[in-house]
Amino acid sequence: MRLYLTEGNPHCLKVVAAVELTGTRCELQFVGVEERVVPFLAHSKLPCLQLDNGNYLFSTNAICQYLFTLRGKEPSDLTNQWLEWEGTELQAALSGALYMAVVQGKRQEAAGALQKKCAYIDQSLTKRSFPFLAADAITVADIVLWGALYPLLSDSTFLPGDLKALRSWFERVCAVAACRKAVESILKGKGLQALKPYLQKQPAPSQRAETPASNEPEGGESAERVLTEEEIGAAAESWSKGLSAWPKPKPIEHPVLPQPNKKNVLITSALPYVNNVPHLGNIIGCVLSADVFARFCRLRNWTTLFVCGTDEYGTATETKALEEGLSPQQICDKYHAVHAHIYQWFGISFDHFGRTTTQRQTEISQDIFRRLLDRDFLLQDTVEQLRCESCQKFLADRFVEGTCPLCNYEEARGDQCDKCGKLINATELKNPQCKICKGTPVVKSSKHLFLDLPKLEARLVKWLEDSMVSGNWTPNARFIARSWIRDGLKPRCITRDLKWGIPVPLEEFKDKVFYVWFDAPIGYLSITANYTDQWERWWKNPEQVQLYNFMAKDNVPFHSVVFPCSLLGAEDNYTLVNHLIATEYLNYEDGKFSKSRGVGVFGDMAKETGIPADIWRFYLLFIRPEGQDSSFSWSDLLLKNNSELLNNLGNFINRAGMFVCKFFEGRVPEMELNDDDKRLLAQATWELRQYLQFLEKVRIRDALKCILNISRHGNQYIQANEPWKRIKGTDADRQRAGTVTGVAVNMACLLSVMLQPYMPSVSASIQEQLLAPPQCNVLTEEFVCILPSRHQIGAVSPLFQKLETDQIESWRKRFGGQQPDEGSANQSKTEVKPTTETKAAVAEDAGKDADPQRAKQLAEEVTKQGEVVRELKAQKAEKAVIGAAVTKLLELKKQLVLAEGKTPEAPAQKGKKKK
Amino acid sequence: MSDKVVLELLSLEKSLGLKKTNKYSTQGDKQVPVLQTNNGPSLIGLTTIAAHLVQEAQQKQLLGSTAEEKAIVQQWLEYRVTQVDGHRGKDETRTVLKDLNQYLEDKVYLAGDNFTLADILVYYGLHPILTELAVQEKEKYVNVSRWFNHIQHYPGIRQHLPPVVVLKNRLYTSVH
Repeated sequence: MRLYLTEGNPHCLKVVAAVELTGTRCELQFVGVEERVVPFLAHSKLPCLQLDNGNYLFSTNAICQYLFTLRGKEPSDLTNQWLEWEGTELQAALSGALYMAVVQGKRQEAAGALQKKCAYIDQSLTKRSFPFLAADAITVADIVLWGALYPLLSDSTFLPGDLKALRSWFERVCAVAACRKAVESILKGKGLQALKPYLQKQPAPSQRAETPASNEPEGGESAERVLTEEEIGAAAESWSKGLSAWPKPKPIEHPVLPQPNKKNVLITSALPYVNNVPHLGNIIGCVLSADVFARFCRLRNWTTLFVCGTDEYGTATETKALEEGLSPQQICDKYHAVHAHIYQWFGISFDHFGRTTTQRQTEISQDIFRRLLDRDFLLQDTVEQLRCESCQKFLADRFVEGTCPLCNYEEARGDQCDKCGKLINATELKNPQCKICKGTPVVKSSKHLFLDLPKLEARLVKWLEDSMVSGNWTPNARFIARSWIRDGLKPRCITRDLKWGIPVPLEEFKDKVFYVWFDAPIGYLSITANYTDQWERWWKNPEQVQLYNFMAKDNVPFHSVVFPCSLLGAEDNYTLVNHLIATEYLNYEDGKFSKSRGVGVFGDMAKETGIPADIWRFYLLFIRPEGQDSSFSWSDLLLKNNSELLNNLGNFINRAGMFVCKFFEGRVPEMELNDDDKRLLAQATWELRQYLQFLEKVRIRDALKCILNISRHGNQYIQANEPWKRIKGTDADRQRAGTVTGVAVNMACLLSVMLQPYMPSVSASIQEQLLAPPQCNVLTEEFVCILPSRHQIGAVSPLFQKLETDQIESWRKRFGGQQPDEGSANQSKTEVKPTTETKAAVAEDAGKDADPQRAKQLAEEVTKQGEVVRELKAQKAEKAVIGAAVTKLLELKKQLVLAEGKTPEAPAQKGKKKK
Repeated sequence: MSDKVVLELLSLEKSLGLKKTNKYSTQGDKQVPVLQTNNGPSLIGLTTIAAHLVQEAQQKQLLGSTAEEKAIVQQWLEYRVTQVDGHRGKDETRTVLKDLNQYLEDKVYLAGDNFTLADILVYYGLHPILTELAVQEKEKYVNVSRWFNHIQHYPGIRQHLPPVVVLKNRLYTSVH
């Protein structure tokens, strides 16, 4: 038999030790880290053992056991149990810990990650009082666990001192000659560092380390975390401190300016383009996410400035002005007010909501431009540009459509293809078309200025790597920025033949303006400058300021590459982005939002539904497209409102307050904490700390779950203790009812603070009902008793209302626009392109690489029949006729589902299903 | 969730013809099964308990007859609890199916020519995955499907689980 090994691979240790210990004769062969030896596995799996009969063993534990079996040492229940535990429990923790210790140099965190597993081994050893894990003599279990732990435990300071049994077991196994030989042959005397090249090639550990958090079941019933006695004791102690030791909330005084030696957070949200009413996807993508974070930062007493504004220059505005018979400035004024109003309704807490058409914007843009020019970072060139002769103008990128030269998508825009996401030049489009008159534009030449990105590349790359290492960039932002660099940077044109823009301050370019992407991000600076004269303390202060940019992922190239290049080239000590937070896209009921088709909910319409802004905020944040696209769905909104808000959060807070009012005359009762109460405090404290950690990493959606977990614990606590029964019982019972009520109402108060970034009005109502002192509005790592006994609370009323199905259905119809297939007859104005859409959807569902002949045929039939139905509806045909056509359509769909190989029971829900 | 793994063990007991039913519970977030034995400490972990039951039922051949076969059985038992039960992303599920499919290309059972405990536990573990799989995918992983169908029809194995339809034409003709 032959054993395949790699140097520096920690999994090889136990196998080599087993070979040595059992004295097995076998050929050792060292191969490369990524070599595929086992023929049937898609990925490399090493070490592995090739048996004499040609079969392979790729499980290290099975190999070890096999070597022992050959020597007549069969497995026992106990050795089996250790091997299974090692494979399922220990390895999961170990891979993350090793990566932290070796690659990231975080020894302490690694020790933390492994602490519980070590404690478990120690306990087992103590309990059984064998010198070895499974018997009086060494067994396969000792070799396997020793090999797994050796890399970390060989550093004698790694183990906490109190795990004596584990330590002496480890030393005992280390002394075995076979183990010493294994260490020598795999680590070559280099210790832990020998593992580095191997570990660096493994998948990022952060994901592995984070899985426990994101995998935590929402239901909570099985999410019981094991709390240590210390945690419980500490939570009880914090609680008893009360508000006396509590930090005071820092009052906000405008203008907010960075403070030396303090944490100063500057938050921007991508500037919305002025002549579009934002839809829910835009809102969650930038302003709302940024708002949650800004509110969180303020609750942590960090100096926080949150700015945003409308992006107003560009051709789109010019055209809109022509359409409405107004000047571009008037158009901007009008729509700026629309935007400001929508965000105000959503409760977005900007410190300043400005705009880009200001004098400051012109000054700062021209200054950056001159600096770039002086430092020779601008190039001049003539450009072939599309000009529409019938419209008498050069066509801005967004006024050209055509076929993408890279992926052949037919509706690529002039600057970017929505399908493949690549940036393109308008002149490269195949079959260009003027979007205004549908004419074919011609190519004309014009002189323009370019930002020399290749010349700035080295600086950019250096800065980017630093920023990504020290900062918190979302994975999609990292990926997009890196792929831009990888594809190579090209000079980018920064001027345009337009009027509505910032004039280029050079004589020979006096008829031209800056291209919007050049000046739009400068808007962050100028908007701050309009807020305070001391704007440079924020924007030319990278040492003291942490800058967070919030945006949807399509904006990443400009914020990670192009704009930083402008600022780096200007060499004026600008504050560059430290944390780039990009969301994925939010879909509407599994399709796209579309203003022209009337599909989706737009900012101004959300209010018309009568659903309070905080409910919108909650739901959008609950489904925030973090990590992957998500879908807005009306029925899901109903579900989340009724289950999470009404039945969980609202129910708990309301009950806690009601008990105080009803049973204790509105005064918080005396509290005598027993162990159960303390355990609950520790549970809540743990969730609170999770919440803080998540929000610091801007994992807004995950943090929201912590809030809901706390109220879930609270509900269980009330349910288990039944204060409404005990209040009628003995003195001891009454005392108990008082304690439970007092703890619960304080939890409600804690929740009101944690909820503030998400639902500011609801938070305020809770605090008003509880007459909570304003100083409670600070977030620390501790849960203290804010409402002491005798504290008088106010009148309590329900916080949330139930949403009914028929309400939801009517909104779904109203905002659904024209549905591709079953489009209801009352909305048949604009004809959409259902054919391509249906096909695309079907093709995607039918999936993957199956034999889709039949499915394809059926899909076409479904599409055709869908058209028939629409046609009939549009012509207001008789009900019976439409009904028959619809039945046929449904039948076809059912067959299609079958042909796709799915279970036939649930075809009707397709499309409404949440991902 | 917790019931699933306990159900699985109860089914295994029946398959093995064990009369007395043991007491099971689960522990931790991952719902690891625990068996309380009469003589001695409790046993923890699915494969550990399963191997113990096989011994108890005196059907040692299910753990493999030769040293090689024993090792291979153990390997696939471990694969079941570490890879199949990982239930991480779709991609990883696909890798599991792909690897198994490749492996089973020239084999009747996981251990080669003999039916073993590995077949039973991997079958249980794959059941939810195969249930979700589209017909076309079942065709793609044809060796897995063949093996799976074989095991689910092996006398006394299926127990509590509903049968999974693997053949395409049957699905079509049973529904109109």
